[in-house]
Amino acid sequence: MSQHTLSVLVEDTPGILARVAALFSRRGFNIDSLAVGTTEHPELSRITVVVRADHQLALEQVTKQLNKLVNVLKIVELEADSAVQRELVLVKVSAGNGTRAQIVQIAELFRARTVDVSPDAVTLEATGSGDKLDAMLRMLAGFGIKELVQSGAIAIGRGSRALADRSARETRPIRLTPSSATTATADAQSA
Amino acid sequence: MSNAVKQAPAALLPHMRPRTAGQPDTGAERMTGAQSLIRSLEEAGAETVFGIPGGSILPAYDPMMDSTRVRHVLVRHEQGAGHAATGYAQATGKVGVCMATSGPGATNLVTPIADAYMDSVPLVAITGQVPSKAIGTDAFQEADIVGITMPVTKHNFLVTDADDIPRTVAEAFRIASTGRPGPVLIDITKDALQAATTFRWPTRTDLPGYRPVTKPHAKQIREAARLISTSSRPVLYVGGGVLKARATDELRTLAELTGAPVVTTLMALGAFPGSHPQHVGMPGMHGDVAAVAALQKADLIVALGARFDDRVTGRLDGFAPHAKVVHADIDPAEISKNRLADVPIVGDAREVLLALSDAVRAEREDGRAGDCTAWWRELDQWRTTYPRGYELPADPGLLSPQQVIERIGQLAPQGTLFASGVGQHQMWAAQFLPHEEPGTWFNSGGAGTMGYAVPAAMGAKAGRPERTVWAIDGDGCFQMTNQELTTCALNNIPIKVAIINNGALGMVRQWQNLFYGARFSNTVLHDGATNADTGSTRGVGSDTNRGTRVPDFVQLSEAMGCVGLRCENPYELDAIIDKANAINDRPVVVDFIVHEDAMVWPMVPAGTSNDDIMAARDVRPDFGDSADD
Repeated sequence: MSQHTLSVLVEDTPGILARVAALFSRRGFNIDSLAVGTTEHPELSRITVVVRADHQLALEQVTKQLNKLVNVLKIVELEADSAVQRELVLVKVSAGNGTRAQIVQIAELFRARTVDVSPDAVTLEATGSGDKLDAMLRMLAGFGIKELVQSGAIAIGRGSRALADRSARETRPIRLTPSSATTATADAQSA
Repeated sequence: MSNAVKQAPAALLPHMRPRTAGQPDTGAERMTGAQSLIRSLEEAGAETVFGIPGGSILPAYDPMMDSTRVRHVLVRHEQGAGHAATGYAQATGKVGVCMATSGPGATNLVTPIADAYMDSVPLVAITGQVPSKAIGTDAFQEADIVGITMPVTKHNFLVTDADDIPRTVAEAFRIASTGRPGPVLIDITKDALQAATTFRWPTRTDLPGYRPVTKPHAKQIREAARLISTSSRPVLYVGGGVLKARATDELRTLAELTGAPVVTTLMALGAFPGSHPQHVGMPGMHGDVAAVAALQKADLIVALGARFDDRVTGRLDGFAPHAKVVHADIDPAEISKNRLADVPIVGDAREVLLALSDAVRAEREDGRAGDCTAWWRELDQWRTTYPRGYELPADPGLLSPQQVIERIGQLAPQGTLFASGVGQHQMWAAQFLPHEEPGTWFNSGGAGTMGYAVPAAMGAKAGRPERTVWAIDGDGCFQMTNQELTTCALNNIPIKVAIINNGALGMVRQWQNLFYGARFSNTVLHDGATNADTGSTRGVGSDTNRGTRVPDFVQLSEAMGCVGLRCENPYELDAIIDKANAINDRPVVVDFIVHEDAMVWPMVPAGTSNDDIMAARDVRPDFGDSADD
């Protein structure tokens, strides 16, 4: 199973998220996360979806089926070395007088911010790749995680081109490509 | 580098151009949303609409009454409207239109919409919706039909603003009828139908995310032609897409050019003349031995508008193990979905076939051509050893279902259209009707919708009134949708229905016979309950309840304004079919009482490989495997 990040440019019509989400469920595609938001064009939305595919054909099937949705304009696979991918996590960690300083120190190591403090808890905000956030959560686990909220991944290509650009136009004949897929989790921890 | 999987042409991205279709002042007229809907249907070319009114769609039915261009056929159940629209679409090549009200009216359309989706039939379903302010309040007769039909439509729309009606109808017809055809649903709120609006028929539709590819890639065509000219055991595996693209002449050209055998799937019967010497039959679970064997032993499969359905491939890992695959389809998602394609071709079947024939000719000119002589020797041996056929019942006074269907096919007037239900009779109709002409065979292939035949035949007859239309139905199927015979009788749609009445859900009974130790749980239709405690029917013993002949199909049909006939033995078979063929002013129903133990052969049992095809019970064909493999 390899993980792939797809950026899906869609018309911002009612129900588009339902169409995309329902497609994944009814076709039995594995989905790790899904995030949707507005773009630089008010009539377009962008859905970042992280899928798992056990082979290249499965990934192709996902993109082909997504392409058939009338409101889907464009799908791009963002690969780790040519894109920046981020998740956001808010985590509430148990903290007493003896542990608070350690927790804040761990937070600094991961460039997380302390957004709330109470006598028995610290709430941290951190962004980064999934790997980085996982590592931070592993470090915090020993203190006791009281509550955890995590966003889906969002991603953007490196360089000057934009997904909705005219210049980004490429035609890709429908044919099988040799597996160029590598896992998208190796994002450099450069945040 | 980002890997562009899909890119809409930049010129079509919506932010480049405001999404307002049409010229602002062309033919603008003030009217209600309902009038605008009917006008839109007229402009879209809808001539016949099948439907039933109700509360939310009611405003649309008022201007419908005044339309001189749209004929509305008042059906008896919305499912009938949907299948009728499907039959109409398949018989005419136009978009079928059905209409229903909100809530249960709309949900009753779900089965025919799903059916049309599976068989890629162009359909536009229009449903009324509760007023936009009431949406989400569980209002009377509210159902989220857009949400419900999302997985079974090519696309669907919710219209809450009357101004959007013409554009939406235009887009729906375009989406339904182009690319891989399919059903599109338009849900319109009652307030949108009642609101005042300006009618403007758009001169063009603007769907930036919808761009079906019809023209095949030249390089892929050349690669395919090269494979064809170097193959010694090729098969043209023809699916329904060839009929939808109206590419049957082009198919014949390629077939005769290459000399390759042709197999036509259940959805493609008639795409290639059944009597053509290169036609080796139908592949699949109940296909011809020669057609199944041809695919299994092929070194090259050229799939044209077919989708490697599990009923064709059998166990996928045992399917056509030696074959390279050229897969041409207008839907890229079908290519390599089930079977990896060595040469994928995205395009319209007609353009693909034209290009392929040219490319094969070019190969010929370069001196490359495959030699199928040895291949045909094998194919002919399978054809002669395992021809289509059936055993007549031991009792010569009993009717055999296959014989009934075969004689209907032989005695039917030239150009007769056939619709079939789902089950044993469907397979026999596929096997024993002539299938010479494209567009004369309609059935529910993908969805397997029992009850399809009568309403689909009604729709086909409404669209092609000059043709004779026979529905080949089972007694189980017939009891699901026969009420549309009333619609036929009252609307001058004189179809003919053959009930292949074996008193049982025959195909299920066949599986019980073969795989469940002949325990006939709840498959016998004409028996009363044999277990007083559960009311369950066992289908054996219990003489007092056997063969009740409830309902009496002759009386039932006559009650609905049809001529009801019955045929119980082979001696009167031809005379009764002739009599039915001679009645053209009313629907005719013939109750053919056939023996219940007939089975559909050949058969590839579900979940097994095509290599395990049984030509008849306990008869596995000899493909010479020991010498071969």
